[in-house]
Amino acid sequence: MTTETLLWLIPLPPLLAFFTIWLVTNRSKSLSHTVAVGAALLSWAGSMLVFVRALGVEHLGAHPFESAVNWLPTGDAWLKIGVRLDPLTTVTLFFVAWTVLMIFLYSVGYHNYGQPPGDHDRPGLPPHGATLAGRQVPSIEPMYSRFFAFIGLFAFGMYTLVVSDNLLTLFVGWEIMGLCSYLLIGFWYAKPSARDAAVKAFMTTRIGDVFMLLGIAFIYSATGSLSYGEIFREEVLHTLASVPTPIFGLSAAGLMGLLLFIGAVGKSAQFPLHVWLPDAMEGPTPVSAMIHAATMVSAGVYMTIRIFPLLSLDAATMSIVAFSGAFTALFAATIAVAQNDIKRVLAFSTISQLGYMMAALGIGAYVAAAFHLVTHAFFKALLFLGSGSVIHGMEHGVLHTGDHVDPQDMFNMGGLRRRMPITFWTFLIGGFALSGFPLITAGFWSKDEILADAFGHGHLAVFTTLAVAAFLTAFYTMRQITLTFLGPARTKAAEHAQETKWTMTTPLVVLAAFAIGYGWVGIPEHFPVLGPLSANWFHSFVGGTLAEHPEAVAFSVVPLLTSLAVALGGLLIGWLVYRNVRTAEHDRLQIPLLKNKWYIDEIYQVVFIRPSFWLAETLTSKWIDGALIDGVLHGIGRLTGRLGHTLRNYIDKPVINEFFGDGTAHVAQWFGRSLRPIQTGRVQNYMLLALLIFMLVGSVVFYVLLA
Amino acid sequence: MTFPFLSAIVFAPIAASLVMLLMPGGRKNLVRSIALGAAVLNLGLSLWVYITYLTRGLTGYQFVEQYEWLPVLGITLHFGVDGMSAPLVLLTGVVMFTGVLISWGEERHGVSTGIQDRPREFFAFLFILASGVFGVFCSLDLFMLFFFYEIAVFPMYLLIVIWGWIQTREYAAMKLTLYLFIGSVVSLVGGLAMYWVAYQNTGVLTFDMLQLEQAGFSQAFQDFWFLPVFLGFAVLGGIWPFHNWSPDGHVAAPTAVSMFHAGVLMKLGAFAALRVGIMLLPEGAKTWSLLIIGLATVNVVYGAFIAFVQTDFKYVIGFSSVSHMGLVAMGFATLSREGMLGAGVQMFSHGIMTALFFAVVGMVYDRAHTRHIPDLGGFVKIMPLAAVGFIIGGLVSMGMPGFSGFIAEFPIFMGVWKAQWLVAVISIVSIVVTAAYVMLVIRRVFFGQMPEKFEGHITPITALDKVAIVTLCLLMVGIGLFPRIMVPMVQTGVENILRLLGGS
Amino acid sequence: MDYLRSHLLSLILFVPTLGALLLLLLPRRNASLLRWFSLAASLVPLGLAIWLWMQFVPDQAGFQFEEQYTWYEAIGSSLHLGVDGLSLTMVLLTTLLTPLAILASFSISDRVQPYMMLFLLLETGMLGVFMALDLLIFFVFWEIGLVPMYFLINQWGSSNRDYASLKFMIYTMGGSLGLLLGIQLLGVLFGTFDLVALYDGWNALNEGVLLGMSVGTVKAIAFWAFVIAFAIKVPVWPFHTWLPDAHTEAPTAGSMILAGVLLKLGAYGFLRLVLPLYPEQARVFAGALALLATGAIVFGAFGSFGQKDFKRLVAYSSVNHMGFVVLGIAAAALARGTSDAHIALNGAVLQMFNHGLSAAGMFFLVGVIYERTHTRNLDEFGGLFPVLPIYGGILLYTSMASLGLPGLNGFVSEFLVVRGSWPLLTVYTAVSMLGLLFTGAYILKAIYKVLHGPANEHWTHGEHKVAEISVREIIVMAPLMVLILWIGVWPAWILDVINKAVVALF
Repeated sequence: MTTETLLWLIPLPPLLAFFTIWLVTNRSKSLSHTVAVGAALLSWAGSMLVFVRALGVEHLGAHPFESAVNWLPTGDAWLKIGVRLDPLTTVTLFFVAWTVLMIFLYSVGYHNYGQPPGDHDRPGLPPHGATLAGRQVPSIEPMYSRFFAFIGLFAFGMYTLVVSDNLLTLFVGWEIMGLCSYLLIGFWYAKPSARDAAVKAFMTTRIGDVFMLLGIAFIYSATGSLSYGEIFREEVLHTLASVPTPIFGLSAAGLMGLLLFIGAVGKSAQFPLHVWLPDAMEGPTPVSAMIHAATMVSAGVYMTIRIFPLLSLDAATMSIVAFSGAFTALFAATIAVAQNDIKRVLAFSTISQLGYMMAALGIGAYVAAAFHLVTHAFFKALLFLGSGSVIHGMEHGVLHTGDHVDPQDMFNMGGLRRRMPITFWTFLIGGFALSGFPLITAGFWSKDEILADAFGHGHLAVFTTLAVAAFLTAFYTMRQITLTFLGPARTKAAEHAQETKWTMTTPLVVLAAFAIGYGWVGIPEHFPVLGPLSANWFHSFVGGTLAEHPEAVAFSVVPLLTSLAVALGGLLIGWLVYRNVRTAEHDRLQIPLLKNKWYIDEIYQVVFIRPSFWLAETLTSKWIDGALIDGVLHGIGRLTGRLGHTLRNYIDKPVINEFFGDGTAHVAQWFGRSLRPIQTGRVQNYMLLALLIFMLVGSVVFYVLLA
Repeated sequence: MTFPFLSAIVFAPIAASLVMLLMPGGRKNLVRSIALGAAVLNLGLSLWVYITYLTRGLTGYQFVEQYEWLPVLGITLHFGVDGMSAPLVLLTGVVMFTGVLISWGEERHGVSTGIQDRPREFFAFLFILASGVFGVFCSLDLFMLFFFYEIAVFPMYLLIVIWGWIQTREYAAMKLTLYLFIGSVVSLVGGLAMYWVAYQNTGVLTFDMLQLEQAGFSQAFQDFWFLPVFLGFAVLGGIWPFHNWSPDGHVAAPTAVSMFHAGVLMKLGAFAALRVGIMLLPEGAKTWSLLIIGLATVNVVYGAFIAFVQTDFKYVIGFSSVSHMGLVAMGFATLSREGMLGAGVQMFSHGIMTALFFAVVGMVYDRAHTRHIPDLGGFVKIMPLAAVGFIIGGLVSMGMPGFSGFIAEFPIFMGVWKAQWLVAVISIVSIVVTAAYVMLVIRRVFFGQMPEKFEGHITPITALDKVAIVTLCLLMVGIGLFPRIMVPMVQTGVENILRLLGGS
Repeated sequence: MDYLRSHLLSLILFVPTLGALLLLLLPRRNASLLRWFSLAASLVPLGLAIWLWMQFVPDQAGFQFEEQYTWYEAIGSSLHLGVDGLSLTMVLLTTLLTPLAILASFSISDRVQPYMMLFLLLETGMLGVFMALDLLIFFVFWEIGLVPMYFLINQWGSSNRDYASLKFMIYTMGGSLGLLLGIQLLGVLFGTFDLVALYDGWNALNEGVLLGMSVGTVKAIAFWAFVIAFAIKVPVWPFHTWLPDAHTEAPTAGSMILAGVLLKLGAYGFLRLVLPLYPEQARVFAGALALLATGAIVFGAFGSFGQKDFKRLVAYSSVNHMGFVVLGIAAAALARGTSDAHIALNGAVLQMFNHGLSAAGMFFLVGVIYERTHTRNLDEFGGLFPVLPIYGGILLYTSMASLGLPGLNGFVSEFLVVRGSWPLLTVYTAVSMLGLLFTGAYILKAIYKVLHGPANEHWTHGEHKVAEISVREIIVMAPLMVLILWIGVWPAWILDVINKAVVALF
């Protein structure tokens, strides 16, 4: 089978799985997850095959695998859609395939497959546990099949987005993921919080999407095509860069880039559209791991990397990207340090890390951004799954002991490393990767490269911001690890927490392997000692995607030392501070401003949400439609009636009636009186009268004639 | 010579009425059967005339008969129909037939419908009236036209005064008679003037209109006499501001008489105004055309608006007639092919429609004994067919495409565009107003909740009523869907008039 | 077969009428017989229309399957029928939706005979507009369509039906007065109503004096007369307020047809009459049209989001969606002949078809839940998903189509419209994105209120327990859902026909 055909086929299995589960197998849980995981496995196999083939190609960037078909007839031309495999696709496909497969597998365990159905579980609510032989044990998710259907559809969306060769199908996958994100965040739709979070996520990202749609329309109308191959051609880009637009003096290219970037801001939860991601943690943890760490939020960055050739044409746009990214990185990190919910910490760290990538792109560090995208996908997925595993263990403890503490609050945990060793070690690896623990973790290499680029290209503001953010990252990661795993247990539940099943631990191990190993493919060649050992494969490979190969930044010791310092420093301080913190009260960092996320949600509530309700309910419905427009219509109706009455009562009756009528009435009475005697019903008289009248007429005739 | 269809049509009703008067008054059903028989005979004859005219694709005056009457004065009994009058003859036949049907009535659980009081005299007068109407439509002799005109008008008085609505019948009957007599006398004077001047021009004493057409009246003469003649007749056509006798007359008149009144008599006015006014004084018509259009516009809009606010069922229909007859006058006054074509069809269409309206109103009134619309409601359950009939009539009156009303009104408006486009813009408003009040009346009378005082007291309509309604509806829908069953014929009539107007 | 070929359109047009007349002969009491018969009577045109679709030659410009019968010679009007790519699409939509609507009204048990008759007559009325190649015939069917719909709303509607039906009737008639006058003017000027002749004659007439005004002025006035008539039908903001009332009060099937087809009559009027007859004026006033369209998109979305009544919410969504149609038309009017215009028009026409599918589906689903709960108040639902999993799934699916989710039909057309109008009407397009944003808001609001949230015990237990959607109702939805997906994934099959017609015409 040719690589192109494979590319076409890769997204399909999950889609088929979705339809199969939705229409056929939704009654049987085992069938459903078999279908779903099987589909994921197929796509994974396809992706790996493609990956291997891609590695074998010289200058893949110059000669990517491509295949396209006519999709939309537009006037006398056709809009083509198709698939494309270039280095960027290859590496993205690689991590997507792995994380998706792992998460599918993980979900089986996470939703308590094999456990009895709950005593009073309801669809739409998380399972509450079942009584088995008098003991409380976890119960299986009531909507088990539905979950696999949804993530199947989701996987389809992600694969489509990755393999597509044009912005339109990318957008299709993008939006399908948006829908699934909505459905999965609101998976437990009977929980009001989940329901609200789902809507919030969908609407916030949609804000970005509509701008993105405009961007796409703009590009399409300007270049007449949407496939990367076409729009990123040298001459096209040149013309786009030269055309000015009225908006902030951006060039056409700059404006397109900006519009698309806003789309990415929504999808990748960058400030100011980041508010949905923390709430998205209402969804089941595999969802958080897949959608809100590994794939969907990465899609935003992926798209931005995609359009880098366009983006890089306009310095203004680039700096906007850089600063929004850098700011988000720092901003989210400050919030993360004050969160106690194990998943929310990770959520904010995700926002922060995505900011990192955006910033990298903004300063032109194309490869570094891509590199961090991949490594982050691995270790963040790992962390989320780890946290899920922790929560699961905690829930087990909660059910076992029966004291209902919040299984997600880190201040209810502690000492889990003994209870859940695998989870502990994998989580540790993930955490260190996130903090950029030197040399052994993937996070170090990718983050270091970004800092190096920022420094090397003289973007000191960005450099410092990112450095501080990196420090905070290391700090809150260690805080999390310390609170969760180290020290003694804070609650009975934590004491009775229990390691999770193999279906959940295997993914942890696999992802942990990548969280370490994947870094080694991207070691800068000038790096002391290690550099010469390994050619910087990632840089040369992914760099090939661009028309002119970006040269690696010259090695400098400053960024290296900085990243070492912030990583190690952050970790150390984090451990020192939280080693002996027993309860949230003793946590000196519970600053309301940070804990309440800088009150952004509250501000939005006042500035956007309430006004839009007012616009809809009061202004539009009540005032414009109800009062104004209908008022006019009813006015016209009443006017007609008025007019009729006026005509009848002021003209018809008085003038026309009385005017003639006076005479008429009198004569009428007179006639009436004089005629009454003949109203005897004796026909002869009537005939007589008729004759008389006729004679009268006749005589008039004669008279006139004789005259 | 061939069978004298027209004289048969004209004199059969009178003969029938005489026969009826010889019958003993007690044998109501016998009288009714005679009436029905005569009506059917007339319907058959006029249908024959119509269909022959249509299918043979004839033009000009056909079925012509001429008998000496008063040679000294050049008065002859001269009958003949053209494309304009043939449809009206048919119309009269239809209205007569249906009028008899719905006046048959019945007496059941104390509810008496139709005419139960002295039907013999009633039908006798009705048929005299019918003869007069037929006479006007058929005669080509000016004197005879006036003669029949009076015959047609006079029985109205008695019919209303004796069988009318007790409260206003005397007032209304007198008002109607006076208006019409005065109107006709005015135009009679005009007619005699023509007769005289024609004699001076040609040296021939004749009332024969075909000859009067050729009499070559001077411009000044025409300008002077056109208005009196036209308006004198138009009074009977309900032209504003001489329309007021009409709604009052309707309200007072018994059902069948209202049907004749609105369905046929008002056409009589319009038709005579056309024959005598426009066809004999074409130049005068050209001079005054805009004035007439103006008056007619007032009719159209004014009538519609007033009808919109009436709460008396019959007044609504009465004023809607004023509004629609305005369209007829308007169409003729445009003196254009489309306008007159539309007016010709409108005369027939409106006749049928309004006859149907009054028939249904009568059916409702006979059972509810009130015409106050707010007191009615829910009649569709008892008399569905009547409701359907009224709805179809309503659609016709709002000029809904697919019904005869549209076929008639559309060309009228085209004619108005040619004459004075502003008028078209103004008077088209009436269409929506009409739609509004028709829909409201339908909703309030036939749908909604029936007042409990009526529950059980309302009897369904009789089989004869149903026949009448179905006949009328079929005609309206038939013309609406297949204009060619009437339009070509009216066209020939129009061509004839245009010839007199010297082309245009 | 040749007979069938040469009389295909008139057969499609009049078979429903025939069916309606035959219904008269059937026993009034036997409801199920009446239902099945009228369903059959409406399936025949569907079959014929599908055959028509297959026989149709997209590459051949101009009208096909033309038929001409004398109707009103005296004023030069004839029953002239014919289809091109645009009308063909609409004919297909109409013939598809009518059987579904009739199937949907199997639950009607009150006066089935007149109900079904009105429905079949309505179908003839709508088809006539799409097939007419004669201006007068166009108007005839345009008006006739009102009557059955009026009585459907007025007789089988819900509480406030009298107000709604009268508003619908009078507003539309009043709106079409200008159209009527314009038609009369054209008739007077050219002595014929044949569209093809009028296209040439009217466009050739450029300078000179008419009715005491310059031709340009007259044309401008006539242009607006036409536009207002169609704008009310579409409906374009601010002429839209009849629609929520009519929709809300109409019986379910009535709303399906009203939203699915009747609104398209207005848009079709723009395509068939306004653009060809007034290219110049259309170009001049395109900005104003775009403004109204944007108004419809934005205020339609706001209005929809502001509703408490499920059906009103969906009704306002029609305003929002039809706004895109008009936006596309405005763009095409502005730059006639360019590829942008073609793309915009492709989008507009496809949007007409798509909205027909999704809106009909949405209204039907609202009807399904209304039949069970007898309330449309969104606040009285909540958490019905566990009780109605299948219904919930279908509702989600359909509302996503209406939301314009890529992969489903709505997206394709909206994308094309946005793409086409962006370079021409940049600001309006940008502003209308606000409407697109709120499309999401109101769709999610509906799902949020109906399916999600804590289960409303009133509906989930006891005697008020709502029943799951029935097989018949699923059968009604199935064709819609299939088409929604099919067009979403592979629009070429229909868009190709539209595109060729659009390129040929504009």
